[in-house]
Amino acid sequence: MSNQESTQTVHETAETSERPESIQTPRAPAIEAHDLSVTYGSETALESVDIQIPDRQITAIIGPSGCGKSTFLRCINRMNDRIDAAAVSGALSFKGRNIYDEHVDPVALRRRIGMVFQHPNPFPKSIYDNVAYGLRIQGITSEIDARVKLALERAALYEEVSDSLEKSALDLSGGQQQRLCIARAIAVDPDVLLMDEPASALDPIATAKIEDLIAELSEEYTVVIVTHNMQQAARISDRTAVFLTGGELVEYDDTETIFENPEHDRVEDYITGKFG
Amino acid sequence: MSSEPNADRESLQRNDTVVRTERLYGWAIAASALLTILVTVGIVLALLGEALTFWSAVSPLSFFTGTKWSPIIDGEYGLLPLVSGTLIVTVGSALIALPTGLAAALYLSEYASERTRSVLKPALEILAGVPTVIYGYMALVYITPLFQGILPVSIRLIPPGLEPLPAFTLVIPSLQTFNVLSASIVVGIMIIPMVSSISEDALRSVPDELRAAAYGLGSTKYDVSTKVVVPAATSGIVASFVLALSRAIGETMAVTMAMGMSPQLPYFPNVFRNLAESSQTMTGAMVQIASADSLGGVTYEAMFALGLTLFLITLSMNVAAELVRRRFREVYQ
Repeated sequence: MSNQESTQTVHETAETSERPESIQTPRAPAIEAHDLSVTYGSETALESVDIQIPDRQITAIIGPSGCGKSTFLRCINRMNDRIDAAAVSGALSFKGRNIYDEHVDPVALRRRIGMVFQHPNPFPKSIYDNVAYGLRIQGITSEIDARVKLALERAALYEEVSDSLEKSALDLSGGQQQRLCIARAIAVDPDVLLMDEPASALDPIATAKIEDLIAELSEEYTVVIVTHNMQQAARISDRTAVFLTGGELVEYDDTETIFENPEHDRVEDYITGKFG
Repeated sequence: MSSEPNADRESLQRNDTVVRTERLYGWAIAASALLTILVTVGIVLALLGEALTFWSAVSPLSFFTGTKWSPIIDGEYGLLPLVSGTLIVTVGSALIALPTGLAAALYLSEYASERTRSVLKPALEILAGVPTVIYGYMALVYITPLFQGILPVSIRLIPPGLEPLPAFTLVIPSLQTFNVLSASIVVGIMIIPMVSSISEDALRSVPDELRAAAYGLGSTKYDVSTKVVVPAATSGIVASFVLALSRAIGETMAVTMAMGMSPQLPYFPNVFRNLAESSQTMTGAMVQIASADSLGGVTYEAMFALGLTLFLITLSMNVAAELVRRRFREVYQ
């Protein structure tokens, strides 16, 4: 089953959805972590994580609250830099370059690695200006209109807002706002999209739209999605990483394997809802 | 306890003493609120009464359009020179206070570490607590002499060698002992804390999610501050500007001390003269009348007409600030 088909049938098939076989021919990893640890003061948030995230696939990160999954996501675009107490050790590379190298500019990194947050967070500006923001701060002045339109189309929002691009983004519904945030993130054409529980604040219909969208985006982008919702991980991802308490990456494999035949009993217990 | 039904019933009994004291508290609090309203109404009525008496002696038209203010000597009651003095000082102080105050607020809210902020913010607020008479004194004793050391300056606008052209020279004259420049500077410094403090509150109330979104798109700190946080805090920033300007318009002691009591219409074309020489604001004129101990009479009543005009100006500015605040207020979820 191709990605395209899975997009259209994702709701009906839900948990039983099978993932494409293309996983068996892995591409070079987009993101690679080796012995990555993060501490907040005396608290360990991430404990010696090793992971290779494949290019242009959807990698889901699941685990109970406080397992370090968001911390891991925020390492990838160095959003953890904003927290003074966070200390990162080990290696984390993006396309072969160590992200925490002292010569890497986090601003430049974040232009290649976009992020969508748990709560829709559009700027209090017009819909158009929200999408154009990333282009403008990069000094891009050509074809802003076309790029904004394209981003809105790819985020499956254009038809709903084409008449009201100058209206405030805050007037949109929560689901529309989140798709706007996705449009804003992809307008600058990043390589990677990080998504931190992007549908957790949305109703089921809006969630379904976001999931469809993510499946489509994975054709062009490497998507790393943190989710609380195991069905969601099973529905949309190619690979799944399971973090358990203590910031430990317990198991990382094809999504099908994780959900049907996990190696670790703890992972099976978590997935079947015995804890977490 | 529930095994004793009588005790339960007792505990539900209304206590009349409590009800009465509650009512008393309510009245006391309401009376305090009412008092402030009554005082405001009283002030407006008092101003209005005397002002109307004044305007029956001096026509409002000649008051509002007159170009000479010399109440005590000539009996001339033209408001325009005082409006000019007030406006020049207000604009001058705004040029100093609005950019500096906003920049200070941005620094405190977006750039400073928590520790730096915890020291700097109270320090800035102390600036607001300095009695204004001290600012007036500073202008006279330090700022005016400082500029008198530098000025006058003349700048040739057309460089030598282009002789056929007239040698336009810009002359910035030296300062008189009492001058508008020093007054503008001290009033500007005086209102910086108002701008920075209120603006900083507005900047900090911008949800952190918006900063995260902007950083996530590859914004520099400066981008985040100027393109996301400041626009999102527009309503609070504008409110701080307007409140600071109201304060500058109403400022009395420092301006009277620093710029003297010589009402002036603005000079053209050498606008620097407006800053270098003495002038008088509406508030300054009121102080002068009040200290000339001429109770009663047209001059005395003129003070109330000035006061009413001043009050209407600051009131309309505060209303404008409120409208702007509502217009730009964003509702976050």
